[in-house]
Amino acid sequence: MIPVEFRGFTWRHAGRRAPAVAEVDLRIEAGERVLLLGPSGSGKSTLLAALAGLLTTDSGERTGEVLLDGADAASQRGRVGILFQDPETQLVMARSGDDVAFGLENQAVPREAIWPRVREALDAVGFPYPLGHPTHALSGGEQQRLTLAGVLARRPELLLLDEPTANLDPEGAEAIRSSLRTALADTDATLIVVEHRVADILDLVDRVIALGPGGTLLADGPAEAVFAEHGDTLAEQGVWVPGVPLPALPDAVPGEPRLRGESLSLTYPGADRPALDGVDFELRAGELLAVTGANGSGKTTLALLAGGLAAPSRGKATVPGERAPLHRLPANRLAARVGSVFQDPEHQFVTATVRSELAFAPHAAGWPQRRIDARVSELLERLRLAHLAEANPHTLSGGEARRLSVAGALAAAPGALLLDEPTFGQDRRTWGELVDLIAGIRDEGTALMAVTHDRDFAAALASREIVLEDGRVSRC
Amino acid sequence: MLTIAPICGPDAPIARANPVAKLFAVVAVSTAALVAADWLTPTLLLAALAAATPFSGVHWGPLLRRLRWLWLAAGAVAAGNAVFAAEQTGSILLSLGPWELSSGALIDGAALGLRVCVAATAGVLGFATTDPTDLADALTQQLRTSPRFTIGSLAALRMLPLLGAEWRQIVIARRARGMEGGRNPLRRTRLFASTMFTLLVGAMRRAGRLAAAMDARGFDSEVPRTYARVQRMSRADWLFLAAAIAVAIGAVAISHAYGTFRVLF
Repeated sequence: MIPVEFRGFTWRHAGRRAPAVAEVDLRIEAGERVLLLGPSGSGKSTLLAALAGLLTTDSGERTGEVLLDGADAASQRGRVGILFQDPETQLVMARSGDDVAFGLENQAVPREAIWPRVREALDAVGFPYPLGHPTHALSGGEQQRLTLAGVLARRPELLLLDEPTANLDPEGAEAIRSSLRTALADTDATLIVVEHRVADILDLVDRVIALGPGGTLLADGPAEAVFAEHGDTLAEQGVWVPGVPLPALPDAVPGEPRLRGESLSLTYPGADRPALDGVDFELRAGELLAVTGANGSGKTTLALLAGGLAAPSRGKATVPGERAPLHRLPANRLAARVGSVFQDPEHQFVTATVRSELAFAPHAAGWPQRRIDARVSELLERLRLAHLAEANPHTLSGGEARRLSVAGALAAAPGALLLDEPTFGQDRRTWGELVDLIAGIRDEGTALMAVTHDRDFAAALASREIVLEDGRVSRC
Repeated sequence: MLTIAPICGPDAPIARANPVAKLFAVVAVSTAALVAADWLTPTLLLAALAAATPFSGVHWGPLLRRLRWLWLAAGAVAAGNAVFAAEQTGSILLSLGPWELSSGALIDGAALGLRVCVAATAGVLGFATTDPTDLADALTQQLRTSPRFTIGSLAALRMLPLLGAEWRQIVIARRARGMEGGRNPLRRTRLFASTMFTLLVGAMRRAGRLAAAMDARGFDSEVPRTYARVQRMSRADWLFLAAAIAVAIGAVAISHAYGTFRVLF
């Protein structure tokens, strides 16, 4: 375990005008376990990267000092371990055991010592498979566990966790937390964790540091004291502060049917059982239907079939006013009937500016120019994207990109909108914005279907719920 | 799904051979085939490869499936060279207006096609019996290639199947936005370019994150790495390599003795 200190630390990423963090002074004692909080853009990840020695002089401009155990962090790399949020881009090797061994090889651990340490680390995180298990066959939560084992095997004296559960479903997130609990009991490493979902991680830390914009210190102390004093401010800034109630929304009043699925089924080529098997549903104007279920239960497949984006092996999805089933419609007509919003907003961006992104579907649907202009201005205002109208969609922040992907799907005024995990990994502020936005869309009379793991989201907006299990409706 | 894993039983003698030994064996056989311009050398080499296949642990079915496109290409090389040969020698087999096909040209064309066949078959056999991780280990341990480059390439290779899955997702997302190629070639080209752009933006971002994660686990530390897995050139590996070189030389020697051998250049 080692102490950590920032002295007047300022970092500006190359090509940016404003510094990511400015004049940070912070000391964390050896062995302390710290939760680092702050709104998006407060520089939490920058601080962690600085501690991990990953801010190289060619990637930005630094003043001040970052000290680990009194020495410059860049010279102490071998003593630090960091876990990032995306499991897919942290795995290096094809076999699980080799991946854990990778970090030990880099540390020049002698071969005889490598494999016992690999096994020990895998045991510590409760990894359930043999050493030779292929990494691509692991679920996201299992991959993240494996990466954690790879970090722990190096026996770091400072452990940094950068939103370790943000990209995982609730099951995977819980598995990681339980791995962390057992693993942390065995080590006395200093710990700094960044996490939005505070309640789930509080039992692992003994100090909370809350940052404001630009890395200014907002609050510092034991969790209870920090939340008692600054809970409301932190909640406003996007932290999921335990005990701060979520806004209640009025219920919806369903109107006439807008989208209908009849015994929708799909068996993927080479699969031995259908991913979706005979699902019926009806979506009415002004309601939100939540689709829930475990991973692999067929939720995403249902969203694809309902959105006319894949051809069902049996059954069909239809909208009033179109005789052909949705999967047969040409894309431009489909986009004016049913909108789909995917988990990764960037997959949906097809043009170079926010404005043209919004004009795209109406233009393809053959709207007259004046109507398109009016629609685009309206959406820019409503989704608070007007100041970004000429920006490139790929440069937007996470929350902005998500709002734009919803706006883009809505642009041609489809009667139904399908959302895949709309609130996945969002901080509380973005979450609130999305819930308000979706409630507004619903109350205007659009029919909505949302695939979601998020209980709070379903409770706030859904009037009905379909629970899928092995491709069939188990409850509705 | 795009797969790069070996398709053989793991205990077959050739599957267990050192990857670098296999690499040089493939180079030896392919070089002999590519240098020779006659029909006998590649035929003998192809027979030797067929004889070696049972020891590779690769089943004929999957092997032939992987080879069919390469052999089709080889067939095209043979046909093209026979039909469009500069001079038609020997007896005329076929005459179609101004086009003639002679026995000499047919043999020369077949010889050229066979050479491609040998190189393709040897390469596919080599890769089908080699785990990429083992290859990277052997390259760094036997040939002392730079770990930064070798392990980096291995990590990049692991991400390839992800790109395939992401491509499909992007295409679906495009359709949802109202963008579809349809039958219009211009629109198809634009769609392809824009899908590729999105894929590349994502791939660059991923590559950056992967590099950061690897460096965070000490990949760029200046300490010389140790190896968790050992690759050695055992006596069996040297014998295997020697046998492959002997086959290559033997095929050339037989063809030479038979009087058919010709060098390409």
